Amino acid sequence: MAPELGQYALVLAILVATVQAIVPQIGAYRRDAAWMGVAPVAARAQFLLVLFAFGCLMTSFIASDFSVVNVFENSHSLKPLIYKISGVWGNHEGSLLLWILILTLFGAAVAQFGQNLPPTLQARVLSVQAMIGVGFLAFILFTSNPFARLDPAPFEGAGLNPLLQDPALAIHPPFLYLGYVGLSVAFSFAVAALIEGRVDPAWARWVRPWTLAAWCCLTAGIALGSYWAYYELGWGGWWFWDPVENASFMPWLAATALLHSSIVVEKRDALKSWTVLLAILAFSLSLLGTFLVRSGVLNSVHAFASDPARGVFILAFLVFVVGGSLTLYAIRAPSLKGGGLFRPISREGTLVLNNLLLSTACFTVLLGTLYPLFLDAVAEEKVSVGPPYFNAVFVPLMTPLIAALAIGPMLAWKRGDLAGVMGRLKFVAAIAVLVGLGMAWYAWNVMPLAVLGFALVAWLALGVVREWAERVRLFRWDIVDSWRRATGLPRASYGMSMAHLGVALTVFGITASEAWQEEKQVFMRPGDVQTVSDFELTFVGAERLPGPNYSALAGTFAVTRNGQPVTILQPEARTFTNPPMETTEAAIRTTLAGDLYTVVGEGDGQGGYAVRLYYKPMVIWIWLGTLAMMIGGMISLSDRRHRIGAPARKQADTAGRDRDSGALAAAGAGD
Amino acid sequence: MTDNTDTAGEAPTRRRSRTGLLFALLPVAAFVVIGVFLFRGLSLDPSEIYSVLINKPAPAFDLAPLPGKDNGLASSDLTQPVQLVNVFASWCVACRVEHPLLMELKRNGTVPIHGLNYKDQPQAALNWLRNFGDPYDRIGSDLNGRVGIDFGVYGVPETFIVNGEGVIVRKITGPITPQILQKELLPLIAEMQK
Repeated sequence: MAPELGQYALVLAILVATVQAIVPQIGAYRRDAAWMGVAPVAARAQFLLVLFAFGCLMTSFIASDFSVVNVFENSHSLKPLIYKISGVWGNHEGSLLLWILILTLFGAAVAQFGQNLPPTLQARVLSVQAMIGVGFLAFILFTSNPFARLDPAPFEGAGLNPLLQDPALAIHPPFLYLGYVGLSVAFSFAVAALIEGRVDPAWARWVRPWTLAAWCCLTAGIALGSYWAYYELGWGGWWFWDPVENASFMPWLAATALLHSSIVVEKRDALKSWTVLLAILAFSLSLLGTFLVRSGVLNSVHAFASDPARGVFILAFLVFVVGGSLTLYAIRAPSLKGGGLFRPISREGTLVLNNLLLSTACFTVLLGTLYPLFLDAVAEEKVSVGPPYFNAVFVPLMTPLIAALAIGPMLAWKRGDLAGVMGRLKFVAAIAVLVGLGMAWYAWNVMPLAVLGFALVAWLALGVVREWAERVRLFRWDIVDSWRRATGLPRASYGMSMAHLGVALTVFGITASEAWQEEKQVFMRPGDVQTVSDFELTFVGAERLPGPNYSALAGTFAVTRNGQPVTILQPEARTFTNPPMETTEAAIRTTLAGDLYTVVGEGDGQGGYAVRLYYKPMVIWIWLGTLAMMIGGMISLSDRRHRIGAPARKQADTAGRDRDSGALAAAGAGD
Repeated sequence: MTDNTDTAGEAPTRRRSRTGLLFALLPVAAFVVIGVFLFRGLSLDPSEIYSVLINKPAPAFDLAPLPGKDNGLASSDLTQPVQLVNVFASWCVACRVEHPLLMELKRNGTVPIHGLNYKDQPQAALNWLRNFGDPYDRIGSDLNGRVGIDFGVYGVPETFIVNGEGVIVRKITGPITPQILQKELLPLIAEMQK
């Protein structure tokens, strides 16, 4: 019964979405309050209907109702409950339903929290949001029905891909989708603004919290996915430049650029058409990612079972959404009036540089991801573009970005004093150079890039602290005054510092773990000892253990350092029967100083086992850094200026300026 | 950066709007190009790996045996109606995965298998064969990987199916899985042996 109800709810949802797409748009054109008023009601109804459908699918999964094809193909009665639940989105149809659920959730949220928006803008935003909803609902109803039945019903399910049976992976798609789909709000705002023909600082302030929220979720989703790859794939790597990873990374880069350029719109009323374009591109890249993952156009370990009919549908939808919005942009953007002027050396100038570098980075990832496809289509050659390309282009792009990151926040708006800022950063620069020299002496023969990496980390981290000290006049006036200033700083400014510090931490983790990683691939017999870093690992033995829906080969290592026992590590190689597959469960001892990473493999039949042992110094800082970025985003999201209403637009605008002028005064130059 | 035009305030309004329009058209033009390729991409199969050597004679080579073994491997040895040339190495983890299947083929006498020991230390290779079993009729030791390059090997293991005229009929990249064995390899071998 539940599947039919779910199906029915989806049909109702697409009808509601169609109404929501058309009626408020006409209402906004005619300034008809009643027609516009349809939008928030429809948005909430659409969300409740999709939520109900999602609940129906989840009920079928939890009850292991194998008469539903989707449940049969992706679940198994022996599976632990959490994986029955995560099985709902561990497949094409279910994950699409989750996509739509989140899309409608955001629509309902705009209806709920957007009550202070001008009515025409809110109506148009919700109408655009509903157009996206219609497309996806049609996609699920016509090509990917999650509720299709199977007759006769089998007794047992086929099981979920064992690689996906993992806590981090169970929660990572919802975060990722919150990020992807959250960008749809920025997209809808951009399209609505183009239809209205007006982009102003108030618009930027309304878009910003949505972009920030989406960005935080996307950051969390990517970080979780990368951590999953780190411990589950068993090769110690954490980023593979796989098309699916790139598909999530491109919107992230675009969203990061958008976050920064929208500040310029908000504070200075400049960079408007560029910001609108970024908002369109960020969501377009999310859609492109969806297309790449689900159409089978590119090869990836993550790809869902693909189907050409679906590919054609998504492509048509992509052409409608992206092509349509970019055409609208081409028509309307030239008429958007540019606002405040600024010199190249200014806060705006560094934000433009930030945007240039981030969008170039985004474009290189796009190029690298699609290049195999281009070449295949043109020359019928099969190639894969891998880490060497991406690493080669990313280092030169990220170096100036990080270098500018310490300077930008200290520059004044409009016209900055670079010499003055450099003067205040001279101690920071001196320490960064010292760190570089120290590293050159210590690490040149290991990895010359590490020298650059550590110098940048020191420069950025100390630069962030210096900027904060500047703002609160630390050690300049008395400490009481500094304390008062520190508590008076807007949260957005703490959010920024935190996020920038996160960048420094992530670069630190990447540099250290790449430079001093140790790796051993050997056969070990019980009693054998291997030394990795300053740990001695004694192989105690390996045995077969039964698991709930797999059997595991569990190896045991006793780890000592200088003869003192440290820990016991038990990596497993799991063999699943439904479907037949092998996975590795690395055993990792994580500390802030470094990870000891062990993997056990097949035995040679004579008591020896193939094992891989790694020591990865500081590797956990990569994820701690992304966590800091995310927390920074959340702190910024909680800033007062996002909560105060938009009605007092003029007032809010000047208030925003006043608060910011504290920072300007600190930077030594006012408007 | 469309907005750079905004900041260049002195430019005549007319020219400004024309360059503005050009910049504004750029994204949609780029998208059209990408869209065309995406559409083309739908009809291509990325997992099918292209080999220039398919339906061409195997490259000429003559490799010495591993120390202590009798039979080396040369292109003139490929005389059976069908034989496999399996590229393997003791350092290759994926070779361990397909190894039991090769042993089974050997036990059943389905097809002669020759080994191309690719960039491997001979002693390590001998240990490996002693530990896990030796499915090969002949093994050529390709110490510096020269013959591997001629074969276009880009990952180990790879398996070439060679017919009686020494022509490469098919190539399997990566380990032979039970599925590939049942669905592709065995039917092909049976047909060629007819």
